[in-house]
Parts: sequence; C-alpha cells; structure tokens
Amino acid sequence: MTRIVIDPITRIEGHLRIEAVVEGTRIVEAISSGTAFRGIEKIVENRDPRDVWAFVQRICGVCTHVHALTSIRAVEDALNIRIPKNANLIRNIMTATQFVQDHVIHFYHLHGFDWIDVLSALKADPVQTSALARSISNWPNSSDGYFRDVQTKVKTLVESGQLGIFANAYWGHPAYRLPPEANLMGVAHYIEALTWQKEVAKIHTIFGGKNPHPNYLVGGMASTLNMDDNDVINMERLNLVKTKIDEAQIFVDQVLIPDIFAIANFYKKDLYGGGGGNYLAYGGIPTTDIRDPESFLFPSGIVLDRDLSKVYDIDLKDPKQIQEFVSHSWYQYDDPKAGLHPWQGKTDPSYDGPRPPYDNLDEKKGYSWIKTPRWQGHAMEVGPLARFVVAYARGNKEIKELVDESLHRLDLPVAALFSTLGRTLVRALETKYLVNQLAGFYTDLVANIKAGDSQTFNGEKWDPQTWPAQAQGIGFSEAPRGALGHWVKINNGKVSAYQAVVPSTWNASPRDDSGQKGPYESSLLDTPIMIKDQPLELLRTLHSFDPCLACATHLMTPNGDEIAKVRVL
Amino acid sequence: MSESESYYQLARRRGVTRRDFLKFCALAGAMLGLDVAEFPKIVQALQTKPRLPVIYLNLQECTCCTESFLRSAHPLISDVIFNMISLDYMETLQAAAGKQAEAVRLKTMKDYPGAYLLVVEGSATLGDGGVYCTIGGQSSTELLKEVASGAAAVIAYGSCATNACIQGAYPNPTQAVPIRKVVKNKTVIDVPGCPPIAEVITGTIVHYLTYGKIPELTNQGRPKAFYQHRVHDNCVRRAFFDAGQFVETFDDAGAKQGWCLYKVGCKGPTTYNACAITEWNDGVSYPIKSGHPCMGCSEDHFFDNTPLYTHLAKIPNNAIGKDADTIGTRVLGLTGIAVVAHAGVTAVVKNHEKDGKESKHDKNRD
Repeated sequence: MTRIVIDPITRIEGHLRIEAVVEGTRIVEAISSGTAFRGIEKIVENRDPRDVWAFVQRICGVCTHVHALTSIRAVEDALNIRIPKNANLIRNIMTATQFVQDHVIHFYHLHGFDWIDVLSALKADPVQTSALARSISNWPNSSDGYFRDVQTKVKTLVESGQLGIFANAYWGHPAYRLPPEANLMGVAHYIEALTWQKEVAKIHTIFGGKNPHPNYLVGGMASTLNMDDNDVINMERLNLVKTKIDEAQIFVDQVLIPDIFAIANFYKKDLYGGGGGNYLAYGGIPTTDIRDPESFLFPSGIVLDRDLSKVYDIDLKDPKQIQEFVSHSWYQYDDPKAGLHPWQGKTDPSYDGPRPPYDNLDEKKGYSWIKTPRWQGHAMEVGPLARFVVAYARGNKEIKELVDESLHRLDLPVAALFSTLGRTLVRALETKYLVNQLAGFYTDLVANIKAGDSQTFNGEKWDPQTWPAQAQGIGFSEAPRGALGHWVKINNGKVSAYQAVVPSTWNASPRDDSGQKGPYESSLLDTPIMIKDQPLELLRTLHSFDPCLACATHLMTPNGDEIAKVRVL
Repeated sequence: MSESESYYQLARRRGVTRRDFLKFCALAGAMLGLDVAEFPKIVQALQTKPRLPVIYLNLQECTCCTESFLRSAHPLISDVIFNMISLDYMETLQAAAGKQAEAVRLKTMKDYPGAYLLVVEGSATLGDGGVYCTIGGQSSTELLKEVASGAAAVIAYGSCATNACIQGAYPNPTQAVPIRKVVKNKTVIDVPGCPPIAEVITGTIVHYLTYGKIPELTNQGRPKAFYQHRVHDNCVRRAFFDAGQFVETFDDAGAKQGWCLYKVGCKGPTTYNACAITEWNDGVSYPIKSGHPCMGCSEDHFFDNTPLYTHLAKIPNNAIGKDADTIGTRVLGLTGIAVVAHAGVTAVVKNHEKDGKESKHDKNRD
C-alpha cells in the first residue's frame, strides 16, 4: 500500500489537496482537503444588505455571477421585493450565459487534458483528422491544412523545449484512449474555445458592465433599457447580445457536442467514478419568478441510492434537512458532533492539522477548511449530473429526451450516467439545454420591451426606512457546479448573519462523524489508478465534478468572536 | 531548434508574414500608447527574445484575475501563452498536477535565476503561521517569498495582491496582506482591479517582454499607461456630471437617458483605472456605461469604502489630497459652467454628512 499526495490539484479553481492510499491499481482510501480559507461571511456582517452581493460575488471569480445573484435573491426574499419581468429575463440571460461559458471552459481548459493527449496529436495525420472532423460536424475550421497548422504549432512548442502549460504532464499514459487524430482535433478545439469563451462573456459586459464580476442590483438590474437613447441599453446593445447568443449556439452545436460524443465513444467502457449515488438539486432558472417553482428550468429534489423511481422534496428552511458538520473540518462547535442548519450556522476556525510545511494530513482528525453539509444525514452530490438525475426522475420531458437520445447514440444504459464519464457527458448536454434557452429569453425580453415595458428596477423598498427592523431570507440558485444557497439575517438595516452553503462544499466535503465520505472521496474509491505516481484517472474523476474550492472554503461564522488569533508556536 | 528562438522566428516558422508580424508589433505599440517612433523597439525585442518564462501563483483569491487574463483579446490569450511567454506554472491552466507541477516550477526557478517573471494573483496571509492558505503542504506566503526571490520582477495582479481586497476587508479574519508586505527588495508592479481589465494585465506583460524593463509607474506603483487617469476623467457620462444632470434613483428618467451616477454612489471621480478608455471585454462596455456606479475596485480597501450606493464625502485615495466636491468645483471652475451641478453635488454631501451615513469601516481605517 502506498499513500500518494496530489497537491496542488491543478486545473481547478482554488486550493485542493488529495491524499490517497493505493493498493495495486485501486484507491482504498481517499481524503479531500480544501487548503485555503478567507472568511467572507464574517466580513459582510454589519454591512448594508444592498451591498452584500458585491462582497460575496468575490467568493468566486469563475462562477462570477452566481453568488451575486443568489445574494440579491436572499435580500429580496428577506425584504419581500418583487423584481420586474425584464430584470428576471436579464438575470436569466446572464445565468444561461454563465453556464454555457463556464461549462465550455471547463470541458476544454480544465478537464480536456484528462481525455486528450497533446503529444499524441503530433502523430496524427491531418488529412485523417480533417475527415474525422467533417464526419461529425459542419464546423468550418476542418481542413487538413488547418489541422496541419495546429499540429505545427504544437510541434514547434514542444521542440522549443519550453512546453509551458503542457510541461511534465502524463502524456502517453495508457489511460488515454483517443487515436492521434481525435487528440489533434481536441487540441485545435482547445485553442478555439479559448478564443471563443471571451466572446460569449460579452453578454455579461453589456448588462453588467464587465466580466468577470458583472454588476447586480437588489430590486432588479442597473442596466437601464431605452430603445430611444444612445447612452443606455438600446437596440444596438441588444443586437450585440443576440449576435453573441447566435455564436454560442453554433459553437455548442458544432464543436462542444460533436466533441463530447467523439470522446465518449472512445471512453465508454471506463464507467468508474460514480461514487455515493445521492443527488440534490435546489432547482432554478425561473422563467417567471423565483417564487414560482413550477416555472423553473431545473426542478428541485433529492434522489437517493440512484433510485430514479422516487424523488424527495427539499426544504431549505427546515432546520432538520440541511445541516453542516465539522467533525473533520478545521472549525469547532460547542457540540463537536452536532449538525447545524445555516440559520444557526457557526464557523469558528480551530486548526488542528499539521503545521506547514507538512507531508501528510491525518484523516482521523480535522483535515480540511471545508465543512460537511448533509441532507437528512446523507452525503449528496450536486452539479449538472444531480440536476439531470433529479429532472429525469421528475419526468422533465426535454431533459429526459436529451438524456435518452444521447445514451442511445452511445449505446449506454441509464446506469452509465453514474460515473466520471456520465458527469462530463451530462455537463455538455446541460450546455446544450441552456444554450437553447438563451434565444428564447432574448426573444421574451424584446417582446416585453415591444409591449411597452422597459422597467428594470423596483425601487419601492430601496430605502432602508421601508424595511422591517428584523428580517431573514434565503436565496437559492443552481450554479454551474450545483445547488447554491445563501441565508441572510437583517437587523436594523444591517446584515447580522450570513451563511452560504455552496456546491463544492457538498462535493468536496470531508467525511462526517459516522465516517460517511463526501462525493469526491467516495467517487475516488471507485476509480482505478494504473500508475500510482501518474494519477491521471484520479484527476479525471475529480475534474468531472468541476471543483471550485474558493467557493467551498470561504465560510465563517455569522455570530463569531474575533477569530484572527495568532498562535504562538 | 535553439531554446532561445525568438518570437519572430517562431512566428515566421508558423507562416506569419513579416508584414503581419510588423502589424502585430504596431498594435502592441498602439495599445501601450507609444509613439510610432517607438515601434521599432518592439520589433527588435520580439525578434531577439526567447519566450519569457513566467510563474503565476494563485494565493488567497477568487480566480477572477485568471478569468480576466483569459479574456484578453489583443493580444489574444492563446497568442500570449503559446507564442509570447512560456507559462511554466499556473495551477489553473497547466496540465501537470501535484509533484509534477511543482517540479516544473522548481526547474524554471533553477534554469532562469533572475530572469523569470512572477505574476501573483491573491493576497498573502500572515494569520496562524500560514495555515489559511497552503500549497503542496507549504504555507503559500513562504512559497511566495521563495519564488519571488529569484524573479526578475513581480507583478501583483489584481486587488487581492495589491491591497488584500475582500479578505483584507474589516475585520480581515486571516490577516491577509498585499504581496508588497511580504516581497521585499524586489520590484513589485501593482496592477489593481477586481479584476483588472484583461488587456491591462497582458499589456503590462507585453510591455515588460518588449522592453525588458518594467513600465513607468505612478507614485502608487502602478503602470502609468493604465492607471494615470481617473475613470471620471474620460467617463462617457462625464458631460452629465458637468451639466449637473444626475440619476437620483435607478431606472428613473435620468437613468433612462444615461445621466451621471455620482449621486447613487459612483466612485469614478476617485478611481484610477482604464475602464472608461480601454473598456471591458474588448471594448464592449464598463460598469458606468452599463448603468451601475463604479465601486472603485482598483483603489485600496474599496470594500471598506462602502456603502456602495451612497455618495461618500471622503475620498479613499488621499494621493490627490482633494475630495470629490473640491475636484468637481475645480473642474467646473475651469470650464466655467454648470454652477447648478456644483450646488447639487454639494447638497448631496451636506445631506450625507448630516445623516451621519459615513461607513464605520471607513472611520476605522488609518
């Protein structure tokens, strides 16, 4: 048995460390540790609730819009603020844009090298690559000359001896299964996606002024609509939005989707990495209003033990449903075994790990800055797969068709979804599902303006004097990486408590007091490892969750004492 | 092929014509605001330099700076990372992980002593012996010192690195500090913003790459090419400020005509950044243009210069030594128009002071 350490886990957001005990080609023990902490919830205390979105937006610059959106929803829930129809549509356009952009970046730039062997691409025949590309897509960049140029670029880079981001990776590893031509096509699309992703982000810039970190507003959106003025959002601006939506649709249809099927075809026997099998979705993307769950593009619910015949309801306000534990986290509770609902949440740092520099963590003690959220005691996976599993089990027609058609095309059973490859496939299908919605949201927005409604902001409760002395609210959404909730308490016009339970907290959580492992850990136990000092399959499984560690490890007590103690060694 | 093959040689081998190469150099020069006479220097630099080795560290941050870096349109980010620099270590993009990733970093530090560029995203943390951010089991603050010691220069990229940004806001639970507080005896170029504009960071890198020296800096240590002027100075809504036409509340009649956002909290008058000139995401827009006040994200402690939607009488950046109203008066005095604006703005400030709405965090600052 060998204990291996992978730290830093690269091609993710934030700081994640994995230690795994390997026996033969199996992982028999895995621990997932978030190794950074910032304390944002403490920082937002006593702030103006209308400002807090900007603070918590900085939980993550990759998710970049979801924490802002969820925060304004929490405040709007607390203060009972209804937003105008245009504001909901603009938020939906921005949400779907975020999903599409983020999922594409994830697939090519964070996850791609787990499937695509860059050095193998050097052996490809550009003519055959062109034939392959044309057989699966109408995407115009598909000539043999084009692929020859890409190959030459890679060759020149390799021969220069300065490999940059390609240096010292696991090229040639036996777990890579694509033929050289598919690898060359993958490298070409890596570069194209890098150029494309900045284009779709412009939709955020138009409505939010910038990306990353576009601007939001409690009560609506600040991007004023006036078709008869040249200083605000007018037809020229909307046309730019439409152009970027159209380009996104083409890129997803002609590049991402054909690529995922091409790759999945070569990897479809590798159905490891499923893990725990419990799935949670809060539901989201309201086509009418966040108070109307019937209008959500993603239904909410819980599926346990991969049993698609039963979906449980979820209640974010029920103190017994969502609870966070700290038995193996670097925090302390009065009762170390207790689980606390976010309203009662507490996050006093109490580091009992080894002093840096260290070689190994001890899984019997605290080993992560991530807490351990559970739903009625169950470890839950969140993310695209969870959303699709819940929607599938709920009988959502569009999602069910998309899944069934795709599985049929790959000649795979539904059970194949519960795997590393399944997560990655579903993320691409979700991109398709949402890019299809973008044009619809745009059309609705234009139609609503045409009908004479240009309102983007409801200012009735902007003035704090209109607020009750005490209020509390919950904001929730489906973020690209999964279910996201923010819990806010407002006291005399200021934030008195704030808690966020975020997707990667669910997925990356350490084990609970009963030893039940979180989704990363349990899925690694279900992952082979052919060469123990080249843990390609381990990275593949982890990346299939799209880890976002800055999100997972930002937590801090709402009622906490001064915590920045300097320990004297 | 030589390890020190120049960018020009690489470009030629890839079929880039000399004409296109010269056009690229001209674009880079224009972006840096250089006189045409300076362009030959860029050509010379790119013809002779090997790809600059770059180590990019992610410390306490949210990765928005990395994301912004990826949005660079001129130069294209793929051109930057594959043709212009050798991005040897960047956790977010590099293929290798764990000890293989660390080995690449160590090799670059060994092979290019004093010659690699270090880009740092995120703040250092001094709390509890470095346990609030570790990489490879090592305190990230110690790692920063180690990597910085052999760097030719250090770019503090983004507000986390220049002023500890969100995690440095009151009460700063992890004792987050700007990297200047940790990296001593080394040139640190501050490129603030949350995040900075993509072309500002790539422009700063290309400047260094081109001239082999750091760009000229403001007295705050920021590249003059991007941080010399206030957002207010070139704001698309500036004429409305001068004319005294202000948005009173979001989506009102003034907002629908794109009037000035000063009264709803705009920090443009005290924020030094390129937003109003370069704009965001390849020149599409910037916050004020899209209807939201500037929150001053390139200025120190901007999260403690809140509330966001209230006009502050005090100016976060003492470097000017004036408050916004004095500046407004001066500008108005110079232009000799819009006395109404002056009166309007002054009234806002007076009301504000009367209400005692000043941030307690602001008061607590030194």
